[in-house]
Amino acid sequence: MMDRGNTQMERIVMHMQEEQDGVPIRTVKSFMTKIPSVFTGSDLVNWIVKKLDVEDQAEAVHLGSLMSAHGYFFPISDHVLMLKDDGTFYRFQENLAKLQRMFARKWEFIFMQAEAQANDLSRVDKKRDKVERKILDSQERAFWDVHRPVVGRCFDDVCEQFGDYEPFLSPPEPSNPWITDDSSLWEQDKMGENREIPSRRVRKWSLSFDELLTDLAGREQFLKFLEKEFSAENLRFWLACDELYAVPLKDVESAVQEIYSEFLAPGCPSPINVDSKCQAIANKNMEKPNRYTFDACMEHIYNLMKSDSYRRFIRSQQYKDLIQTKKKSGAGSDKQWSLVPAALGGRNLVAKLPSLPNRNMDGEVLGELSSSGNQWSLRNKQPSTSAASSSSDGL
Amino acid sequence: MAAVAAEDAELDVDGLRREAETLRSRLEEERRKSNDVQLRDVASKLEQVPPLQMKVRRVLKGHQGKVLDMDWSIDKRRLVSSSQDGKVIVWDAFANKQERVLSMPTTWIMSCAFAPSGDIIACGGLDNKCTVFPIDKDLENPERKKRTIAMHTSYMSCCRFVKSGYQILTCSGDCTCALWDVDSSQLMQSFHGHISDVLCLDISPVHCRTFLSGSSDKTASLWDIRTGRCVHSFDGHDGDINGVKFFPTGESFVTASDDGTCRLYDLRADREVALYTKDCMIFAATCVDISKSGRLMFAGYNDYTVNVWDVLKCVRVGRIYAHDNKVTCLQRSPDGTAVCSGSWDTTLKLWA
Repeated sequence: MMDRGNTQMERIVMHMQEEQDGVPIRTVKSFMTKIPSVFTGSDLVNWIVKKLDVEDQAEAVHLGSLMSAHGYFFPISDHVLMLKDDGTFYRFQENLAKLQRMFARKWEFIFMQAEAQANDLSRVDKKRDKVERKILDSQERAFWDVHRPVVGRCFDDVCEQFGDYEPFLSPPEPSNPWITDDSSLWEQDKMGENREIPSRRVRKWSLSFDELLTDLAGREQFLKFLEKEFSAENLRFWLACDELYAVPLKDVESAVQEIYSEFLAPGCPSPINVDSKCQAIANKNMEKPNRYTFDACMEHIYNLMKSDSYRRFIRSQQYKDLIQTKKKSGAGSDKQWSLVPAALGGRNLVAKLPSLPNRNMDGEVLGELSSSGNQWSLRNKQPSTSAASSSSDGL
Repeated sequence: MAAVAAEDAELDVDGLRREAETLRSRLEEERRKSNDVQLRDVASKLEQVPPLQMKVRRVLKGHQGKVLDMDWSIDKRRLVSSSQDGKVIVWDAFANKQERVLSMPTTWIMSCAFAPSGDIIACGGLDNKCTVFPIDKDLENPERKKRTIAMHTSYMSCCRFVKSGYQILTCSGDCTCALWDVDSSQLMQSFHGHISDVLCLDISPVHCRTFLSGSSDKTASLWDIRTGRCVHSFDGHDGDINGVKFFPTGESFVTASDDGTCRLYDLRADREVALYTKDCMIFAATCVDISKSGRLMFAGYNDYTVNVWDVLKCVRVGRIYAHDNKVTCLQRSPDGTAVCSGSWDTTLKLWA
């Protein structure tokens, strides 16, 4: 973990010592003596401010002090290696750079010799494979270059969606515990089932399916909704499989058996909605049960819930009731949404959701964009080339 | 005989090296041709991030040596830190209290991790091992119940729990990463591909199926946890990659490097999409993390500072003179309300 800042520092020090462009170095006459080859602290600070894009004087002093600590220059009448923004005199350490370079080269030479002695022929093969792999990679990359999404847009959209929930930019409710020393924000989560869920948190579930699933209260509400529709087994299956990752190795096999007999076995009590392909994969995997046995089914169910049940949940009366629990401005539900801070360009976050009726949908419909993005990634990407495309939301 | 073979091998290596270089420059050319609209340009229509007023809210003092790593507990107020002095401390950072102080038999504990279950912590470093300790409140002597989980053939640079408390991912100076089962100490999977020390890792926030590693071979790799396969490798940095972190959506990641820069890579576009640096920033970036929304990036540097970047506009929006020595580790709290930084100055500080 060698600090390569040294070469960059050297470059800067070289620049500083240039005749035309560098820090003004002169001989100073003082009493009966001449002090050769010095520059003042403030000259150096001004040079840094001018030549390197530091923000302010303080940053220049900080940088200069660090360089001094590394030995590139020193105050001529003091032993403390620090830079002061005043008339104190300093001198450049001429030989340091040369010494350092000499030793660096020596080390490289020793290393090369050692390598040559070891003469690991297998290294050659590794390199050859690496070249072949690079060729294949470049071909694959060229293929995906034709089909890749617009990178910039996706970041943009994600940051805007979640901007309202950025604790460093818009303080959380009731407050940021670290600033106010009040931990109510964390106590909220620990309250019982009949607690009132803050409207802001409920709104977050509409940003993405993952937001709903990762919030415990969200899961509860979603489960309630599905129970009314008699399709809760899908979510229960998904949650059970998710739990598998948290089960100790010795208990995995029995947990897998339980899941299979409950949700997948012929004649099981809660059959889930999977196609014959996933069913076949699951059946085969049961020969050697492990944490990943139901991955294919999980993905299928996840996408099913996302494209169907989740959308209906967000449009449901149950969800609307949850959002309306705390009326902020009192003038009606329309006004609630305009609380997006101006820092985000005053854009109406809700305008981006396709599912809420009676809204003016000016601006892009973000909800559609991200879901179609996901469909793209499922349709065009071959599963074998990228594990990352499997079940994540297409944001 | 051996001398002749060696010479041939050397010529071969040179030829291969040249070929690799040609391919590399051809790849760069292709990338530039089909280059997207710059992230910066797309972000130009976004509002500027308002000036950040981040102040130090807690200073955790207790270590006698350089703080090397820290990890948050999912309860958002506790964290664990490890130091060169051989101690691992579990803190209630909110109350600024030390809950547990564990002593390891070796010094230079380069990494520590807090299990999501909250009842065990893992640590290791120059001892080439990863050791776990239970830290239930009623336990008298956690040191007695410690167990060695992982063994590498060189120093362990980073360890992290995979979602539950039952699997640990480690990476090491022996150029590999490995997945271990906590209960049985079994090696579940090993990950080969880096040609130099692996210095950092980060698990996908979206699912437990992929993770990233950063290495002193200047590349970052994305791995499939299950198969051990390297899905993709990302280059671009000119120095060791000391820190790597997924973006909240799991579709991109940032890196911090010895070359003084941080970079944003996109998994779908398979390339670097943004560079975060300034002419005056010449000190190594050692650690990095992303804010909850993904808009802000925090990075710690060897010049004792933490810099805050606007991820989209690629400009620096804050500079914190955080410590009196190198900043070695940095992590935002699980709910994004604070950032913790650790340093060679033996302290940890919380910013909000």
